[in-house]
Amino acid sequence: MSVTVTINGQSVSVPDGATLLDACRSEEIDTPTLCYLENLTPVNACRVCVVEVEGSRTLVPACSRPAEDGMVVQTETDRVKHSRKMVLEFLASSVDLSTADSALSGWMETYGADPSRYGTPAPPTEDRDHRHAGHHAAASGEVTETVAQPPKIDNGLYMRDYSKCILCYKCVEACGEDAQNTFAIAVAGRGFDARISTEFDVGLTESACVFCGNCIAVCPTGALMFRSEYELRQADVWNEDEQNVTRTICSYCGVGCNLELHTQDNRIVKVTSPMDHSVTDGHLCIKGRFGYEYVQNLEDDLATTPVDVVLRSVRGR
Amino acid sequence: MNKPATDAERAAVDGLLDSLPAGWDGNPLEGRLAFSGLHRSQQLRHLLLPALDAVQSEIGWVSPGALDYICATLIVPPAEAYGVATFYALISTTPLAPIVVHVCDDICCRERGAVEIVAALRAVFGEARSADGPATWMTSPCLGQCDRAPAVYIQRAGQDDLVIAPANPASVLAAVDGQIEPMKVATASTTLLGRPGGKSLEAYQQGGGYVALAIAASQGADRTIAEIKASNLRGRGGAAFPAGIKWEAVAGIASDYKYVICNADESEPGTFKDRDLMESNPYALVEAMTIAGFATGATRGYIYIRGEYPLATTRLKAAIREAYAAGLLGSDVGGHGFAFDLELRRGQGAYICGEETALMNSIEGKRGEPRNKPPFPTVSGLFDKPTVINNVETLVNVIDIIEHGGETWAQTGTADSTGPKLFCLSGAVAKPGVYEVAFGATLGDLLDLAGGATGDIQAILLGGAAGSFITGDQLDIPLTFEGSRAAGVSLGSGVIMVFDTTTDMTDVARRLAQFFRDESCGQCVPCRVGTARIEENLARKLNGHGELDLQLIDDIDVAMKDASICGLGHTAATAIRSLIDLGLI
Ligand SMILES: Cc1cc2nc3c(=O)[nH]c(=O)nc-3n(C[C@H](O)[C@H](O)[C@H](O)COP(=O)(O)O)c2cc1C
Ligand code: SF4
Ligand code: SF4
Ligand code: SF4
Ligand code: FES
Ligand code: FES
Repeated sequence: MSVTVTINGQSVSVPDGATLLDACRSEEIDTPTLCYLENLTPVNACRVCVVEVEGSRTLVPACSRPAEDGMVVQTETDRVKHSRKMVLEFLASSVDLSTADSALSGWMETYGADPSRYGTPAPPTEDRDHRHAGHHAAASGEVTETVAQPPKIDNGLYMRDYSKCILCYKCVEACGEDAQNTFAIAVAGRGFDARISTEFDVGLTESACVFCGNCIAVCPTGALMFRSEYELRQADVWNEDEQNVTRTICSYCGVGCNLELHTQDNRIVKVTSPMDHSVTDGHLCIKGRFGYEYVQNLEDDLATTPVDVVLRSVRGR
Repeated sequence: MNKPATDAERAAVDGLLDSLPAGWDGNPLEGRLAFSGLHRSQQLRHLLLPALDAVQSEIGWVSPGALDYICATLIVPPAEAYGVATFYALISTTPLAPIVVHVCDDICCRERGAVEIVAALRAVFGEARSADGPATWMTSPCLGQCDRAPAVYIQRAGQDDLVIAPANPASVLAAVDGQIEPMKVATASTTLLGRPGGKSLEAYQQGGGYVALAIAASQGADRTIAEIKASNLRGRGGAAFPAGIKWEAVAGIASDYKYVICNADESEPGTFKDRDLMESNPYALVEAMTIAGFATGATRGYIYIRGEYPLATTRLKAAIREAYAAGLLGSDVGGHGFAFDLELRRGQGAYICGEETALMNSIEGKRGEPRNKPPFPTVSGLFDKPTVINNVETLVNVIDIIEHGGETWAQTGTADSTGPKLFCLSGAVAKPGVYEVAFGATLGDLLDLAGGATGDIQAILLGGAAGSFITGDQLDIPLTFEGSRAAGVSLGSGVIMVFDTTTDMTDVARRLAQFFRDESCGQCVPCRVGTARIEENLARKLNGHGELDLQLIDDIDVAMKDASICGLGHTAATAIRSLIDLGLI
């Protein structure tokens, strides 16, 4: 069974159950997405993918709206462009997007997003994890609020910098029903003070986290990062242009998860799994994700490159 | 490791579970389930908010140990439970003094003594949200008592919570000391809807109560729905959707479970009509819910009432208990041969939970985040089952419709706006209160009923925070759905709040913006950030840091209207825009 919709005047047939995003993509219409990922349930929260559907009072999220026979869809109208621009501006004016997916800066340009027009961003605050629903300190009007805050570094495997969090819910989904079924993190708080949190903001080592790293893999902004990547960036040694990605199979058990080993200076600096891999859907366990140290001897006297020095320092902690 | 829950914390949670009906199969938990066919953990999850409420009410805050105990009992992951607890303003996950005074500083109360009450509390108990001392305080959005402004709502660990309105520094401090004047019965100024016999089930029945249910049962479900459709009763919660169409849709779906919900979350600033209806006659609402259950084939109903309404809550609880005792709820309602169970659920301080799908998530024990629509609740609502959700006022109208027949009832009002309508008058009027008129009355008529404005009218807020402002020269607007639409305004929840020329409208606008910034669930970007940016813009002007950026406000408003998930974002800037358009800020 298939359904036929009209997109920008063009008739498009897609399989029954396909979304408007699927239809747009089949026509190669560039549609920005931030909270959508093929291997997760759509939460339709970011609203950057909105399109205009004839007969609908508001714009609709393409990522989650099923295509229906006869739908007339516009993706290039001023209304669509305006909302996409505003969503991008809102995020860029409140979140550090410096390590976000490169597509994002492209969309910022396409839609003419100008975060500077909101005024001076507020400096980092320490209290975001302790704000109470329904009670925020009234705005002064001098600065514009941001989510800037100190990074959380509480274990040797990965770190969290929620200054970079756009609250796309992807990590929560990956940790929960969509993959890991661990439920170590959830959205807490409300409104602008909503945040990703463990219970009572306890450190990851005190939480239910099993360090599978699946949340890192789905995070679009680099808010969640391998400690190795974070420390290499801090030391200004991280260089993606010099990295190789080697696909292999995890050697720990018989499931056959595919791994992508990201190496720089012949050292593994991070591990991912292809999202379209039938075994993993991009998800791994702690062993495949982080258990690679045995293949590189950092204690060796010969391990003296800048990468070695940084990686050793992480391990020592 | 957390300190384990104390005996008192455990007792609060166990007490909640023990208060639920015992299980038929001997398993103490299974029998307490409101529904079945789901995993055990899903079956228990819906008790999360009541459990948090039980601990908050008994202990005064939810400690890590108490949360652990709730999670272990209800099989909920702690991170998720924490996410739910921190969503609600009345649940505290940090220690608080045992008495917490919530002082309404919203747009009606802030000019009528709220500032003085805050100053008195600060002088005695220090800064807001303190854990030390016998009591503390914090500010609150509209408490639904604007007709008796200024209002405070007091949470007291281990004791009943209470409302004082009108309040003053002395009466609030006395109440904190335990000297409490009994709350006065609402002096409903209503006539048609305010049904007689609100004191007891017996009095209600003597005054004609439960005649409508008997008529409905004898004429059957189809005819009952036909009467509702013939009446053209439209929803009184704000969206004005025809009630009969919702009922018919749910009645027409075969499903193992269906639900009816009464939306009694009434948190729209300036709205207090539902409180008035529930306080003055809770039995009528219980009867109306029972009729809705019968007509739609739903065997279970929920009344979701806002947490800050202790008097209405107590009265509804009693009405439900009496109805069960009289066999008017339960397995064979009134001997009519159908089953209907009714449960009261308390909100915990979240305006957004008045949005119908957020309300359903809240009952399910989740964060009160609205769902994306479609699917609509009539198809997939509470627990993903077909659900009718109606406002309190909508439901209470059902009784008259059944008694008199839909067509006769529809002769009141205008062709498009049938029946009586309640309006909430507050602010600068001589006699604030709830006024009932037949649809068709003008804004001026309503002001006359309330004794007229007490000063020179600067602006009138119509429809609530989600509505818009108009000026005093528009008093001839007919307050009907069609009349308001033609005038480019909305009746919303029936709010008419009058501001005289002494009010600083920039201050009002900033408080409205703060309200939406506080109450946004935070799920979608346009509303989460847009509401913050609007407030900043108004604060900039109010605090003398610059002028309003009109282009920016316009841009934000359009994006929030177009791209937000729910009605909160859609309307968050409407009232502020109207003030700009009127040149009042
Ligand atoms: C932010 C928001 C808050 C709302 N609050 C309420 C409320 O407190 N009471 C209510 O009846 N409807 C409220 N509504 C409207 C409900 O979503 C829904 O339309 C209504 O309960 C349906 O009942 P009705 O058809 O009888 O009006 C709210 C809607 C939004 C978007
Ligand atoms: S590492 Fe795995 S278990 Fe830990 S928070 Fe991320 S997804 Fe959840
Ligand atoms: S941490 Fe990353 S994945 Fe999680 S909500 Fe924030 S941006 Fe999304
Ligand atoms: S519009 Fe606001 S309240 Fe509604 S879903 Fe979006 S963030 Fe939540
Ligand atoms: S990608 Fe569609 S709403 Fe986020
Ligand atoms: S009760 Fe204070 S504004 Fe409504």
